[in-house]
Amino acid sequence: MFQSIRDTLPQSRILRGLLAVIVVSLLLAPFIFDGSRALDTAARLCIFIVLVASYDLLLGYTGVVSFAHTLFFGIGAYSVAIAFDHVAPGFGVLLVAVVVALGVSTVVAVTIGLVSLRVKAIFYAMITLAVASVATVLVSQLYLYTGGEDGMTYRIPRVLTPAFKLLDDKVLGVRINGKLLNYYLIFTVSTVLFLLMVRIVASPFGKVLKALRENDFRAEAIGYTTVYYRTAATVISACMATLAGVLMAIWLRYTGPDSVLSLNIMIDILLMVVIGGMGSLYGAIIGATLLVLARNYLNEAMGVAHNAFIDVPILAELFNPERWLLWLGVLFVVMVYFFPLGIVGRLVRGRADHG
Amino acid sequence: MTTQIQTLIKQLTKRGEPMADNSVSVQPLSHWHQNATVQSGLLLVAFAFIGFVLIPDPAAWMTLTIAGLAMGMMLFVMTSGFTLVFGLMDVLNFGHGAFISFGAFVGFSVMAMFPELIAAGSFWTHIGLFVLAMMGAAVVVGLLSWAFERLIIRHVYGNHLMQILITTGGMIVAEEMIYVLWGHEERAWLKPDSFQGSFQFGDFVFEKYRLLAVIMGVVLFILLRWVFTHTRLGLLIRAGVENREIVKSLGFNIEKLFILVFIAGSALAGMGGVMWGLYDEVITAHIGQNLMITVFIVAIIGGLGSIEGCFLAALMVGLLTNYVGFIFPKLALVSTLILMVAVLLWRPKGLVPVSKGDS
Repeated sequence: MFQSIRDTLPQSRILRGLLAVIVVSLLLAPFIFDGSRALDTAARLCIFIVLVASYDLLLGYTGVVSFAHTLFFGIGAYSVAIAFDHVAPGFGVLLVAVVVALGVSTVVAVTIGLVSLRVKAIFYAMITLAVASVATVLVSQLYLYTGGEDGMTYRIPRVLTPAFKLLDDKVLGVRINGKLLNYYLIFTVSTVLFLLMVRIVASPFGKVLKALRENDFRAEAIGYTTVYYRTAATVISACMATLAGVLMAIWLRYTGPDSVLSLNIMIDILLMVVIGGMGSLYGAIIGATLLVLARNYLNEAMGVAHNAFIDVPILAELFNPERWLLWLGVLFVVMVYFFPLGIVGRLVRGRADHG
Repeated sequence: MTTQIQTLIKQLTKRGEPMADNSVSVQPLSHWHQNATVQSGLLLVAFAFIGFVLIPDPAAWMTLTIAGLAMGMMLFVMTSGFTLVFGLMDVLNFGHGAFISFGAFVGFSVMAMFPELIAAGSFWTHIGLFVLAMMGAAVVVGLLSWAFERLIIRHVYGNHLMQILITTGGMIVAEEMIYVLWGHEERAWLKPDSFQGSFQFGDFVFEKYRLLAVIMGVVLFILLRWVFTHTRLGLLIRAGVENREIVKSLGFNIEKLFILVFIAGSALAGMGGVMWGLYDEVITAHIGQNLMITVFIVAIIGGLGSIEGCFLAALMVGLLTNYVGFIFPKLALVSTLILMVAVLLWRPKGLVPVSKGDS
């Protein structure tokens, strides 16, 4: 298993270096960066890497654009939230919630897949967008169970909260408490899920998916049933997103439409996949990191530019720190246009293909 | 045989004159096509009837029906461009919603330029202003869409995946540009005095603006229908929707035709945005994104590329949303989704499918 994962590592040295830096910083995040905000960013990054990679499984490996990925993310998060809020925070409850969430996601994914995948890829994009928005409406309407627009805040098992002390002394200046445990739980589960996806992609099943992406007519002629493989990919991708949602619910101790369901998150995922590189799971790591860093630091750079152009009416507004999405949107369009395979695709293929 | 084709080509390539000859222009609607339109029309009437049976109070039913028709007309104005662009050039424009938002904001700015006319004007000055706002929105959005086509869509013809991605990116940028130009807050956009309030006939109450929206929608629909059935341009567009290759091979510049349709369709979206913004009385950069979902549903129900289907589907969705919103307020959006699934199961290509030759 490990050999096959190693084989999938990208060839480019720069890329391997970058990936190593990101993974090591995430591993040591509590000890390198101080402050709870940095830890929060690191945990979100771990979760988003899984989420983005699972989306790439769909977009990059089967060539299907789905706008309902946050729906599955939301199913995971809400089932944990509802279980912890209405029953009790505990690991047994968590297990039941995860199983239920995976079941619901599977049913929804199969249904969407069967209804729309056989029609045409474009229908899939439009129908998933409609389904996702209906789900958002439902969540805000069924506020008795979901907390509506406000979302829900709940308690999680005490072992995972800062109140739980593992050691009395600090280690390297860091308190060894439940929060740290929580972070490493998320880091470990994310790593396992990511490697699992890498393994799936490297398997014969993954090869069929690639074949479908390249030429579904030909793949069907060889004897692979398109609908079956596409639905299977949809289900795997949905389950991974669900698990990412579970992690998000555990980490945030809050679940609401804005944190797991909104279209903005969907757009973030899309940006991360395309900028990182479609069709390469490692692109998810690069894309997610870049976007999270951009969100935190592009603001500041734009603030400087904003102050420099403060007297020019429209220009100042263009560099308003709140408009960072504008520039990422431009970057997105440019990436799709010039480097459809994203940063990873660019680095791996490099000049060999284009020169 | 050859001479026949030559005369046909000669007839078709004679440019510039309006098609006075009705027999030529109505013919391309095939028997099945017309049948589907009639069926869907009957379905629409059945919808209104079921609503009448389920809603106990006739006055409430009347109000809801007018509201539904008004909403349907606005949806039609917004969706027609989207569905035509898809039908003609197989381009799926996810940025269409951004044009709706842009139109609303441009219309808002145009109206805001004449505060004294809004405050003191009569009904007809208000109508004039309203039309002016729609024209302004149409022109600005038309220009914008021309740039959009040149910069973004031109390079991704024939590749749906890229189209979806790149137009989504375009939508993000366009929406952010609205924030840059008009600021981040939502804007209240009150109707002029003479559009507010309602008429009353016995028990029936007719809200003025809804009637106005219905009239505007009908006028636009008749205008579009007329362009499609009575002008050479309309004939070419319909021919292009049915089979692009043949139109091309007959010597027409289909790219130019497409740009024209794209601009016109986007301008319609902008006009729809003005109508919707004034209906809701509040506009944000997100209205287009939110409406986009309904636009997709309408386009799919009607059959991508079909203008009659789009009209009927828009009215159907408008009526359904209002009836269901009255009986089960929470299920309005869900009901349109169910309608879409039901229609797709019955007719996988939508209510009034466009015959696409062999493709």
